Amino acid sequence: MIIVRVVTSFFILFFVNSVSASVDDTVWKNDLKAQFFSGRSISEADNVIAIEAPYRAEDAALVPVRITSKIKQTNQKYIKKITLIVDKNPIPFAAEFNFTPLSGKADVAMRLRVNTYSYVRAIAEMNDGQLIMVKKFVKASGGCSAPIGADLDAAMKRLGRMKFKFPSAAQSNEPNLAQLLISHPNITGMQMDQVTRFIRPAYYVEQVRVTFDGQPVLTAKTDIAISADPNFRFYFIPQASGELRAEVRDTDGNTFSQTARVEP
Amino acid sequence: MKKRVLLSLIIFLGLLTMKCQAKDTLVVQKIAPGWYFHFGHHELPNRENHGAIANIGFVVGSSCVAVLDSGGNPHQGLLLKNTIEKITEVPICYVINSHVHPDHVFGNRSFKAKGVQFVGHKNLARDLQSRGPFYLQRSEEQLGIKLTTQDIVLPDIVVTDSLILDLGNKFLTVRAHGSAHTDNDLSVFDQNSQTLWLSDLLFVEHLPVIDGSLKGWLKELNVLAKLKVKRVIPGHGPVLSHWPEALKTQQDYLNMLLKEVRAMIRQGKFIEQAIAEVGRTTKSQWALFNDFHKKNITQVFAELEWED
Repeated sequence: MIIVRVVTSFFILFFVNSVSASVDDTVWKNDLKAQFFSGRSISEADNVIAIEAPYRAEDAALVPVRITSKIKQTNQKYIKKITLIVDKNPIPFAAEFNFTPLSGKADVAMRLRVNTYSYVRAIAEMNDGQLIMVKKFVKASGGCSAPIGADLDAAMKRLGRMKFKFPSAAQSNEPNLAQLLISHPNITGMQMDQVTRFIRPAYYVEQVRVTFDGQPVLTAKTDIAISADPNFRFYFIPQASGELRAEVRDTDGNTFSQTARVEP
Repeated sequence: MKKRVLLSLIIFLGLLTMKCQAKDTLVVQKIAPGWYFHFGHHELPNRENHGAIANIGFVVGSSCVAVLDSGGNPHQGLLLKNTIEKITEVPICYVINSHVHPDHVFGNRSFKAKGVQFVGHKNLARDLQSRGPFYLQRSEEQLGIKLTTQDIVLPDIVVTDSLILDLGNKFLTVRAHGSAHTDNDLSVFDQNSQTLWLSDLLFVEHLPVIDGSLKGWLKELNVLAKLKVKRVIPGHGPVLSHWPEALKTQQDYLNMLLKEVRAMIRQGKFIEQAIAEVGRTTKSQWALFNDFHKKNITQVFAELEWED
């Protein structure tokens, strides 16, 4: 009886292992860590930031991912940078967000392309240089889903349109939530020249800079893993009324900007 | 002894040729004069069905056959080709690809031959180029088959608005639609028998999947509703004969998404909330609801965010 149980559990263990073979850290451990954080030590802990992502990517082209911080941004201690990496994407680097004490909270929400079964990881860098990582495994979507925008013509027509949204009335000296919408197709480069003899280079938003009355709130370096029509939610602290301004630059060197009056 | 060996050799060869002659085919139904369809099951593409899940068919005229979607993999394409050759001696002239999705186009390779022209929407080539590499890359993991660049077949005849294919005593109107199920949907109408093939512009039983534009889809359905139709063949699900009532269940679902997601955006709610909350009560009406409903909300939310 005991032997049977041991054998069964052995098989279950074996089965589970083979099924979850793709839930692994090897790409990170063997390549990505050295590539992005060469020689630095990173602790895996959930006391600084948390990551939320759906267990299954319902749509490969648009997976909502949210980072929430668990500490306040103060001049003495703050999260300086959060790096987002999708291990198994063709280009794993998704984005890097730089925060300041004026950000209030180093929270950021965005939409990512997730090509296949992969860890999505966020690495926070404190102002003293300490690195803390959280990660979430995302199962890829199936079927007809592809990490490509659904309606390229519509996205091209709106190219460069931007808007700010504020979920609640502005409050002074408090972290205020803002949402920035950027219409841009964020096209992946095409590699199928052997079929079409046609190559289109990648075309995407590569930098986003948000300031409040000229002071930086959020500066992001973004890559092709950001979904078409990039969309970010973040915090900022208005001491008094002023202007929230976003400047965006894409890989062709086009720049777009948008401003909003904030009256707490 | 020698005789016996010879005898078994003859029997073996006989069996072999018999097997060669009786080629594997698909079960098809004749649904209108010259119209034949094979009906898929409501399943996700997977390693067991190898992506062979959609309705695929063909129309036979006196001089030409037109294939209406080639199947979900090269083998299914071959089976469809065998079926056509069993039913008629009329040659295949056209393979009409209704849109870019793998379950509709990956039988294409098996139809490549002299005299066969592939027909697609003006955006089909673009979408095959941008999505193709991804579909090929994941074919082994998702479908359990290895697809290659040979499986990406670009259209020879590009439909920008509409055109008529003459099959000999049978005329098919091929229409290119605005962004709807995808941004490269074609439909085929036989004026004579009032038979309409909508492929994935219409889902019956199977939850509609939005991979183009919700508002665009509703618009195209309104236009289609004005046609005089005796029977309509969806991309997934059975043939329906009441027109335009055949569109209603799908229209209701799409209109529900439009109304509810729009309301949430106006209330300042976020995409995560919409994905979790919208339209759960419609679940019992559809197959594969859990597999596509959240994807639909995601797409609709991203589309409607730019309304104002």
